Amino acid sequence: MLAQFLQFLFSGVTVGATYALAALGFTLIYNASHVINFAQGEFIMLGGMLAVFFTQAGLPLPVALLLAVLLPALVGVLVEKLAIEPVKGAPTVSLIIITIGASLVIRGLTQVWLGKGTHSLPAFSGDAPLALLGATLLPQSLWVLGVTALVVAALWGFFNHTLLGKAMLATSFNSLAAQLVGVHTGRVLFLSFAMSGALGALGGVLVTPITLTSYDVGIMLGLKGFVAAVVGGLGNGLGAVLGGLLVGVLEALGAGYVSSAYKDAIPFALILLMLFFMPQGLLGARNTERV
Amino acid sequence: MTTSRYLPLGALAAGLLVLPWLLPNSFYLDLAIRMAINAIIVLGLNLLIGFAGQISLGHAGFLGLGAYASAVLPTHFGWPPLAAMLAGMALTGVLAALVARPIFRLKGHYLAMATLGLGIILNIVVRNEAQWTGGPDGMPVLPFEVAGLTLSRDWHWWWLVSALLLLSVWMAQNLMDSPFGRALRALHGSEVASRGVGVDVAGYKVAIFVLSAMFASLMGSITAHYVGFVTPNVADFFHSIELVTMVVIGGMASVYGSLLGAVLLTALPQLLATFEGWETVVFGAILMLCMIFLPKGLAPTLAARFGKGGQ
Repeated sequence: MLAQFLQFLFSGVTVGATYALAALGFTLIYNASHVINFAQGEFIMLGGMLAVFFTQAGLPLPVALLLAVLLPALVGVLVEKLAIEPVKGAPTVSLIIITIGASLVIRGLTQVWLGKGTHSLPAFSGDAPLALLGATLLPQSLWVLGVTALVVAALWGFFNHTLLGKAMLATSFNSLAAQLVGVHTGRVLFLSFAMSGALGALGGVLVTPITLTSYDVGIMLGLKGFVAAVVGGLGNGLGAVLGGLLVGVLEALGAGYVSSAYKDAIPFALILLMLFFMPQGLLGARNTERV
Repeated sequence: MTTSRYLPLGALAAGLLVLPWLLPNSFYLDLAIRMAINAIIVLGLNLLIGFAGQISLGHAGFLGLGAYASAVLPTHFGWPPLAAMLAGMALTGVLAALVARPIFRLKGHYLAMATLGLGIILNIVVRNEAQWTGGPDGMPVLPFEVAGLTLSRDWHWWWLVSALLLLSVWMAQNLMDSPFGRALRALHGSEVASRGVGVDVAGYKVAIFVLSAMFASLMGSITAHYVGFVTPNVADFFHSIELVTMVVIGGMASVYGSLLGAVLLTALPQLLATFEGWETVVFGAILMLCMIFLPKGLAPTLAARFGKGGQ
């Protein structure tokens, strides 16, 4: 009974960590530009696919993983430079369509380049499961959770203790005021997309040994990351992490106890309930509008 | 009711009348019918996006609800197609109202998130309930018949869809000039100001959303009967995005822009078929380029260029 619950919990937290990284990516971009980046899921896909490509090309695992995280960051920067910066101040719906266009281009290019097949990546430190209170835990899950925890801690330090991090926070609160005290807000936008690309890709790299990957996994992962960001309170970093874990755990529990066929519906039922009863999210601030 | 409005409407009617004789074969007639169906859906969606300033990312879910009502109810329960179509619309209307009521008390793009969630849930239900819907493979739809008359040939459908399109254009234009339409445009401009002059902001938004969803459901039923087969793809997220894109590329808040957007984006996959494997890339690139270089959409940009009112 407990063992089964733990088993669901482990797999939920593992997947949830990926959602949390994606949700953090959403949050970074949303804070810097109020763009909801529907290409976020493609960064996750790119991370996994590139890791597979580079390891199969014979690169040592650490180098392959590093490249698989850095290249999507570059893609993020390209999206920002080519598609978001030229349309500053466009209505939300136009920005949404631009990011969806970008996601189609990324997905399409990956499909042309690497094909439609499903790929796997070897686990970083073996497949022998660890036993814990009657449940089993894959070593890869520990990698996912450990690296995610490190990244979250590093981001927290970055935003609270470095000048650049504080400048990014200031921009998210009030872009004009930040500009007036000398923050280069254009660079903040640039950096947000780079970090967002890297975060998404990192999630993809870490989880691929467990979940497999193909050119089209980005849509669902991205949408669930978006749900996580909204559940946590759009714009709140800690909320994004909590939201990601919550979405992952609820999905795993739902799949285990209720119905595995409806597993994918759970995050979306959750977002509807949140919007009805707690629209500001778990940790989101209440907004008041000035006229 | 000015002549400037009836002129383009008359031209549209004339165009719809002669079109079947200009098309070389039934492939093009089929394409034209699908363009007209999409045009009607996009017109309904544009009322919501362009006039009320709200985005729905789950409109394909409503389309799917209508399509599957018309597929499932006659096949499994022996309902007459017209009754199934109306039941689908009623169900869609109730569902849309239930979702919209709490959402529209909030300010911001919460409708986009809620409709995204709702659309995906509807799609998953349709994929999973295989004993009723045929699952991912889809199911055949019985032909549409009313009072002993069966719509079967392509040109029957063409006249039906053309008539519906003309009616929708005329209704959309009238709606926008009615007190209801003026209230919608006012709340798009400033919610606080329109509330100040006594507009029931939430009520109007719910009304236009429900109307637009029921429109989609109706056209979902018609598509299902026309094609004779329905698959879950009709209700998937990508289809929702396609519909929103038609609105935005044609031109938000532009009636004839909606038609233009629907025609172009329905034709696009046919044109892209020659790119073999690169369709997704080219489609995505076109979306981005349109939004970057024609942010107002085609119809308003063209209208501004030629100095004519493209209402």
